[in-house]
Amino acid sequence: MEQQIIKMILPNELLAETLHLRNDGYRLAAISCTNKDGMELSYSFDKDYDFLNLRFVIDTDIEIESISCIYFYAFLYENEIKELFGVKIKDILMDFKDNLYKISVKTPFNMKKEE
Amino acid sequence: MGNRTVIPFGPQHPVLPEPIHLDLVLEDETVLEAVPRIGYIHRGLEKLVEKKDFQQYTYVAERICGICSFMHGMGYCMAIESIMDVKVPERAEFLRTIWAELSRMHSHLLWLGLLADAFGFESLFMHSWRLREQVLDIFEETTGGRIIFSVCEIGGVRKDVSPETLNKISGILLSMEKELKELAKVFLNDSSVKYRTRGIGVLSKQAAFDLGAVGPMAKASGINMDLRTQGYAAYSKLQFEPIVETDGDSYARTSVRLREIFQSIDLIKQAVSIIPEGEIRVKVTGNPNGEYFTRVEQPRGEVIYYVKANGSKFLDRFRVRTPTFANVPALLETLKGCALADIPILILTIDPCISCTER
Repeated sequence: MEQQIIKMILPNELLAETLHLRNDGYRLAAISCTNKDGMELSYSFDKDYDFLNLRFVIDTDIEIESISCIYFYAFLYENEIKELFGVKIKDILMDFKDNLYKISVKTPFNMKKEE
Repeated sequence: MGNRTVIPFGPQHPVLPEPIHLDLVLEDETVLEAVPRIGYIHRGLEKLVEKKDFQQYTYVAERICGICSFMHGMGYCMAIESIMDVKVPERAEFLRTIWAELSRMHSHLLWLGLLADAFGFESLFMHSWRLREQVLDIFEETTGGRIIFSVCEIGGVRKDVSPETLNKISGILLSMEKELKELAKVFLNDSSVKYRTRGIGVLSKQAAFDLGAVGPMAKASGINMDLRTQGYAAYSKLQFEPIVETDGDSYARTSVRLREIFQSIDLIKQAVSIIPEGEIRVKVTGNPNGEYFTRVEQPRGEVIYYVKANGSKFLDRFRVRTPTFANVPALLETLKGCALADIPILILTIDPCISCTER
């Protein structure tokens, strides 16, 4: 089984930790969000099949920094999380202003679950 | 400075089997910038984990896409099996590998046909798809389905394949290999094909890394990354090296996919020769509790499945990051500086699967 490291960080440490990984030669593999007791954000990185995740949990009223200034292609993941989960992300280099997806429901992954 | 215009490309276009939109900023006929729009058919399959239990969700995962159907089901099952510490029987691992490599062949042959169609080489398109039909026939004979065959389950596979059928598959692949060599000669040597692919849409190794490219897109630019080398399913028991090219152009991407078809044939032959006897599934009891990221090498590259479970039969989260989603920034880079007439070919050379992207 592949070794998977999950490192818990604070939201304000995200840019510094990401920059460190970038300088260390890691590739951004994905950004994932889980809506469970707050928004749990996981930033997944890979270097020579070494799979590492940075993770923190926030409330949706907290605004976080975009990492697209470090990994440009993070813009797609960040726009998606913004639109589907309603997570506030600032300074995305290519910000679609909630128009990446043509969806009829606002933030569909951040709605009260049906009983 | 020439005339600047913005041309909307898609979401409906003859070269696009599925909808994606690009705003192309052009100076005369040269592309300066491309801005993508996706989401025309977003289906919210990830959200369905709230309503389908973790066993039922295998069927949903298979329906993320018709081309990568088997591997989506397999990747999802592998994630659940890792969380539940399920040891899949070795024979099932080999059968999964055989179906996965057949899926790669079917995907790459489909893509080759679409590419030939895009540059107007209709006979090449038809020959590619004729060979693809033979792969679909093997699916039908071994599973009962041609595209979505629901043969993977948590704990193994649903159907066994007899030794006679496995030998028959080897025979079919042997004759296919001869025909594929003829097909490859045209794709790699014909002057009209080379004219449309050589030096077109070059993505350097550094750019491929900087833009997070995966799969044949990255391999064609010299990045040696193939998750099969990590040995999931039965790959640890098979001999192979990732296919890598260095030119980074449309020709190199075509070459990588062509060579991967031959590699798949070789992997299937190896698997058929050493597949062990035994059970094909184990009984799985209880519910998953925990989380896991599974990574699988699909025809289009690395796909990531994230599963988070809470001990009930409903998962907290299922997330899939598809290779096309990862390759969109690299596509935008290759479009910069290209001629308007090359755009259909360039879009095709990332082998876009919008169905996967709009999961």
